[in-house]
Amino acid sequence: MAGMPILSLVTFLPLVGVLIILFINDDSEIARRNIRMVALLTTAFTFVISLLIWVGFDTSNPGFQFVEKVDWLDSGISYHMGVDGISMLFVILTTFLMPLSILASWEAVQKRVKAYMIAFLVLETLMVGVFCALDIVLFYVFFEGGLIPMFIIIGVWGGKRRVYASFKFFLYTLLGSVLMLLAIMAMYWNAGTTSIPDLLAHDFPVGMQNWLWLAFFASFAVKMPMWPVHTWLPDAHVEAPTAGSVILAAILLKLGGYGLIRFSLSMFPVASAHYADFVFTLSVIAIMYTSLVALMQEDIKKLIAYSSVAHMGYVTMGIFAANHQGLDGAIFQMLSHGLVSGALFLCVGVVYDRMHTREINAYGGLVNIMPRYAVAFMIFTMANVGLPGTSGFVGEFLTLMGIFQVSTWFALFATTGVILSAAYALWLYRRVIFGVLEKENLKAMLDLSVREKVILYPLIALTIFFGVYPAPVFDVTAASVNALLSDYSAAIDAARAAADVAMAVN
Amino acid sequence: MSAEMLSQSLSLALPELILAIGAMALLMVGVFAPAGRANSTVTGLAVALLIAALGWMLFIGGEGTAFGGVYIQDGFAVFMKTLTLIGSIVALAMSVGFARAEKFDRFEFPILIVLATLGMMLMVSANSLLTLYMGVELQSLALYVLAAINRDSVRSTEAGLKYFVLGALSSGMMLYGISLIYGFTGHIEFAAIADALTGTGRSIGVLFGLVFLITGLAFKISAVPFHMWTPDVYEGAPTPVTAFFAAAPKMAAMAMFVRVVIDGFGPVTSDWQQIIVFISIASMVLGAFAAIGQRNIKRLMAYSSIGHMGYALVGLAAGTMVGVKGVIIYMTIYLAMTLGTFAFILAMRRKDEGNVENIDDLAGLSSTNPVMATLLTILMFSLAGIPPLAGFWGKWYVFLAAVEAGLYPLAIIGVLASVVGAFYYLRIIKIMWFDESVGGFVPAAGELRLVMGVSGLFVLGYVLIGGPIAMSAEAAARALF
Repeated sequence: MAGMPILSLVTFLPLVGVLIILFINDDSEIARRNIRMVALLTTAFTFVISLLIWVGFDTSNPGFQFVEKVDWLDSGISYHMGVDGISMLFVILTTFLMPLSILASWEAVQKRVKAYMIAFLVLETLMVGVFCALDIVLFYVFFEGGLIPMFIIIGVWGGKRRVYASFKFFLYTLLGSVLMLLAIMAMYWNAGTTSIPDLLAHDFPVGMQNWLWLAFFASFAVKMPMWPVHTWLPDAHVEAPTAGSVILAAILLKLGGYGLIRFSLSMFPVASAHYADFVFTLSVIAIMYTSLVALMQEDIKKLIAYSSVAHMGYVTMGIFAANHQGLDGAIFQMLSHGLVSGALFLCVGVVYDRMHTREINAYGGLVNIMPRYAVAFMIFTMANVGLPGTSGFVGEFLTLMGIFQVSTWFALFATTGVILSAAYALWLYRRVIFGVLEKENLKAMLDLSVREKVILYPLIALTIFFGVYPAPVFDVTAASVNALLSDYSAAIDAARAAADVAMAVN
Repeated sequence: MSAEMLSQSLSLALPELILAIGAMALLMVGVFAPAGRANSTVTGLAVALLIAALGWMLFIGGEGTAFGGVYIQDGFAVFMKTLTLIGSIVALAMSVGFARAEKFDRFEFPILIVLATLGMMLMVSANSLLTLYMGVELQSLALYVLAAINRDSVRSTEAGLKYFVLGALSSGMMLYGISLIYGFTGHIEFAAIADALTGTGRSIGVLFGLVFLITGLAFKISAVPFHMWTPDVYEGAPTPVTAFFAAAPKMAAMAMFVRVVIDGFGPVTSDWQQIIVFISIASMVLGAFAAIGQRNIKRLMAYSSIGHMGYALVGLAAGTMVGVKGVIIYMTIYLAMTLGTFAFILAMRRKDEGNVENIDDLAGLSSTNPVMATLLTILMFSLAGIPPLAGFWGKWYVFLAAVEAGLYPLAIIGVLASVVGAFYYLRIIKIMWFDESVGGFVPAAGELRLVMGVSGLFVLGYVLIGGPIAMSAEAAARALF
């Protein structure tokens, strides 16, 4: 095992699939089937390989593991890969969801299958790369590069307003990121390095931290997305094809949260403490406002999209609470939301493939003809609400506990989100699944096919497993989170001491 | 000047001599060649001449100054001349298919390109204001004729005339600036001017001269506010000529710009820095906004080139070695992208309509010509500066220099303009991928496919091959400091 560049292998394996697909040139039914098979096998194989990372991961080591480093572009930048307890599970989450997304597009995508699969495989490479990158420029390259395939996915295979949605998605995210790019350059000149471990050890001057923090926040807040820059998300989600929504909700949004932990909180601790109340305010508004907005949605996907924004509000609060429960909860919430929101979009995809509408009013009484679907959808709805016993509960509870230690008021307002989320999620469930099966065209709908069971059942198992027994996740994250928090409080204490000295001198 | 010095000077300047003598010989060849084949024969020979000059410069020629210091061949000159020559060679090669299809049989075309290239090489190697002016004029006169070479077309002659009038105006301003500088410093050689400015400080007269000189230089790289000619000339000139305009002269003019301000006016950096910051911001912003409304792809590329010159100037504005290195890398990458894009524009041919130039003609190209559409998509994302493609790295180096120099407003406006600019590149991608097809193009000529492929691979593979490029760019930049 030692010496094998497993992270690069996992990152670039999907590109091998791309190469194979490029050689399948005709457009017959068989060729399309082959393309799908190649994509599925590639992603499944990548997932299996990525499990080796978890197997070989040393949970007691708070630093970066599986490190690879090669000089790159002769410009002080290096190709530097590695994972720690914070990033490792996101790699696994990505590789786990990719085969499911490919399966989910098996029948839904019939035109330009080749380009579709290539876009997805490239996207996987870029997403895994973001979580593995240990050089901040390399991180930026992967982070921004992901826009290209996602733009094409939304624009070519999306719904009616796909052009608008894809442009909005692209330009919004790009606008946030370019400011981060300038901040990265400023960090390079200040610290003389682009290596993330070195930057983590570097103390940036307090005045500079505030600017850098704002620049990074501009990028990650758009990506998360946080209120008020969340408006691209409902559009992108609604127009994207099912698998696109899954990847968007489950992984692309997590890039923002991951970035906030890795860069904002760890590298600019003083600025993070300074802006914490600002973030809490935005998060509370996000939780309450978007939950209310979700209540009034007519479109199932849009409702889930708004609920995602609300759930990300818990994540940002947990991160900037900067204590154990908060940070652990934020990471867990992101992983759990990755499973649950992904699963919810897959559930929407199941009925969309049959009826080609996402209007809530078009459905009703599905429990009578699709009992298995009703059960699956219920479990994910409950997990979305945060019912104890599902993975959604653990993260939500921990982040609320974390924020409670910092401010009771913020915790109070944030908790209203739990109630509101129960309201919109259960109401959605009632309108779609329960009631009388009146609509004629619904009566012919079939329950879950084998393919759909293969997609949804593992997600059900994981949602319940991590809800009952979250320890495997916390075992992995504990050491790194501890190290991060002790660095964080040391930096805050040092800044306070320096401020006290300055006061005393004056 | 002793005979030994003369022979040394001549051997340093041999690439230029090859082009000068070769161009005259080609005129004879063109006149006496059989009528139908004159163009293709002369084009082939012209490409051979340019390759010979490039080969001599890279593998045999040395470095140093010649003719008493008015001509310089250093690492920077070699690098930028290589870019210029590559631009000329590729632009010439791309004209072959066009000439055949459009019955464009004028053997003067390759000869004028050789002469313009000769002017450009002098511009890059100029080490005194007079050499510089001579190079600029030789280049410009050849370019005026090239713009109007399709003399039966109203648009082409209009383009040529417009270019000539505005170009003559800018040359006049440049000459006026040169005379002021000479008057107030007493020198025309860059190093001597720099020396004169070091000790006593600058007088207001030199500053005036500098402003006029920069005006002329900015005109040559089509930076705002001296960009007005660019869209009309790009649109009006025959496409192979436009491809040439977009590639080679930009390289040479930018190299000349860099050398003049760094070598000649290094001691008064803060004086020219503010001017360059202004024209850089103006170019980036105008390039981004004005391109949005364009329907003609050549016009769009004109605004795109204005914007890109603005980005390259960001590196120059820093005035440091890191900045010059950024400019060199930016121009290298820009050359690859622009040649690839123009190869694509030349390949936009329909069976019944001939060449088309509207962006809407690209609709649905991803289903009719998937390979071409994919290549243009890569080029457009690269022009927009999205990583990991080459265009991003160009921006990385220039903005890195600007941030180091503390030019934060310039850097922030620049990256914001790049977001606006991304919109019109995305629009082209959108038209190709998201819209319904309006019919495909005929298969592209072999040389165009080669250029598109190579430039696509370069843009995609820059993350793998960028190391040596950055290294040689750094060596080239060091020659100026």
